[in-house]
Amino acid sequence: MSSKRDRRGFLKNGAALATGLTVGAVRPASAQTPAASTPSKDIKELIAYGERSRFETAVRVSVGGRPSPDSFGLTFHVLAPLQDSFGIITPSSLFYTATHRGAFVPDINPREHRLMIHGMVDRPLTFSLDDLKRLPYVSRIHFVECLGNRANANHKTVQETHGLTSCAEWTGVPLSLLLKEAGVQNAASWIVAEGAEEVKGASSIPLAKAMDDCLVCYGQNGEMLRPQQGYPLRLMVPGFEGIYQIKYLRRIKVVDRYYMTYDDYGHINPDPKVAALTHQIGPKSVITFPSGGQQLPERGFYEISGLAWSGAGAIRKVEVSTDGGQTWKDAELRSPAYPMAHTRFGFHWNWDGRESVLMSRCTDELGTVQPTRADVAKFWNESPERSRVRGADNSVQPWKIASDGSVRNGLA
Amino acid sequence: MASRRLLLVVMVVLGLCQIGTAQSPTYGVGRAPTAEEIRAWDISISPTGKELPPGRGTAKEGAQLYVQKGCAGCHGRTGWGGRAPVLISSKISKDGPPVPANGMAGMAHEPPPCLAPCVNDANAMAIHSPFATVIWDYINRGMPIGKEGTLTPNEVYALTAFILYKNEVIKEGDVLDELSLPKVKMPNAAGFALPPEEWKHGRPRLQNYP
Repeated sequence: MSSKRDRRGFLKNGAALATGLTVGAVRPASAQTPAASTPSKDIKELIAYGERSRFETAVRVSVGGRPSPDSFGLTFHVLAPLQDSFGIITPSSLFYTATHRGAFVPDINPREHRLMIHGMVDRPLTFSLDDLKRLPYVSRIHFVECLGNRANANHKTVQETHGLTSCAEWTGVPLSLLLKEAGVQNAASWIVAEGAEEVKGASSIPLAKAMDDCLVCYGQNGEMLRPQQGYPLRLMVPGFEGIYQIKYLRRIKVVDRYYMTYDDYGHINPDPKVAALTHQIGPKSVITFPSGGQQLPERGFYEISGLAWSGAGAIRKVEVSTDGGQTWKDAELRSPAYPMAHTRFGFHWNWDGRESVLMSRCTDELGTVQPTRADVAKFWNESPERSRVRGADNSVQPWKIASDGSVRNGLA
Repeated sequence: MASRRLLLVVMVVLGLCQIGTAQSPTYGVGRAPTAEEIRAWDISISPTGKELPPGRGTAKEGAQLYVQKGCAGCHGRTGWGGRAPVLISSKISKDGPPVPANGMAGMAHEPPPCLAPCVNDANAMAIHSPFATVIWDYINRGMPIGKEGTLTPNEVYALTAFILYKNEVIKEGDVLDELSLPKVKMPNAAGFALPPEEWKHGRPRLQNYP
């Protein structure tokens, strides 16, 4: 590392000497043509495993500023910088991270890793990574979102309000293929999926979902999964909350009832209606530009940009309001609208310099519309001030634009 | 006689073929684990307790193990106020304020963690879990951290009994074993529900929800 740094420093200094301007080589004045011949970095680094420009500073931050990993060695929840995102794919380096109950990220040798399928099956089966890679696979784009992705008035940025969601291309074997290979018995109705990390986090998943669209993934964004995303194997349960997307997947037990694992019990609720709103993510969207903490330099044209997603399927429509929800206009979808995937939307906006409140709301392929907090309060027959969103919070997020162009959380 | 036997053989072979075509694997990739491999890996405990191994333990035995096995080091000597999730509700606990364990410098100064899902007084396992099997299952699969899987079934029964006793769910003298554990009446036994309808592709999460 140090030799690389030294060489980079040498190149930089050499460039500075060549131009005779230390600042000019690094940061050309906007009116001048940049020195095109200046190498930006150690070419070896760029070739072996590419890095972004050193001018790019978007990073993940931990929830509530809590160190992660902490002094105990545990990784907690880490938020993706949605305010700096384009398109619909979250780079693997910036993908949000959450662990089962704050767990260590295990260091798994893929040659030793196994997946066992057993329980109410005719033929229990064990697969190595090489076995799984021999089987037919698919690549699909899906979001993942933590149930804790819940905006509140203390949050300043969209990274804090909505950063516990990300979207990637996942590659793996359909779980239905593996279950059919094992021969699921008629009386089965649930599966319990389990990871290999030290707490062996496990979740109960309806068999209907397991047979529908779940994937046993080894690939993420064109390469092997990252350790924080379950290297070398994770379960993708499209549209379900993050805790179901079992990382370090090592075992699937086919069973005939909800098993109430440790991870399951943490999300239970006595009300069946709340339970229904807990497992699957509802239609949800958020404006990522302009968003909290950003600054509009002047009045004039801005392209509002944001993300929409739903656990029930594809996004059909996104609407934007620039007047705090009094009027809504259709936004344009700026990306393919894949099922259970982030979908990028854009909206032309001419800011007149007055205070404004920006909001977005989406409609998914079932026709379900993302609710405002007032809509939610009405459903539960509560006053909007005292109501809280039950289950997964998919309510509309307002951003306030002040007359000086500063952007703040509209919930504050 | 011979023809009848032949007929029987033909019928059996045909029957096997039918079963074979209906259920045979398509790819034949992967291998069959041995019964012993399945036993070693299958740590899931159903709320019915059907997978529980034979064994027994009491709260008194558990109290000693809680210290010996290092539980107190992370969860606090009193079962709360440590850096790991709350095990004994501080509202129920009759023990004094938490004592930081040796070797955990700074523990007393950091706020108690709220892991995902947040485990505090209100949702400590003994208070919030509808079934006692969850406690047994989790101690057995995930504890002590770094030495998972080293506790014997008797030790897991004893630690489960200790946690339940300290949260006033069972009596100090109660013996937990594979038959009595699933029958423990948990305070939050009625505290969970499944969605009103089974999950189905294309079905909205909740009818008439905005």
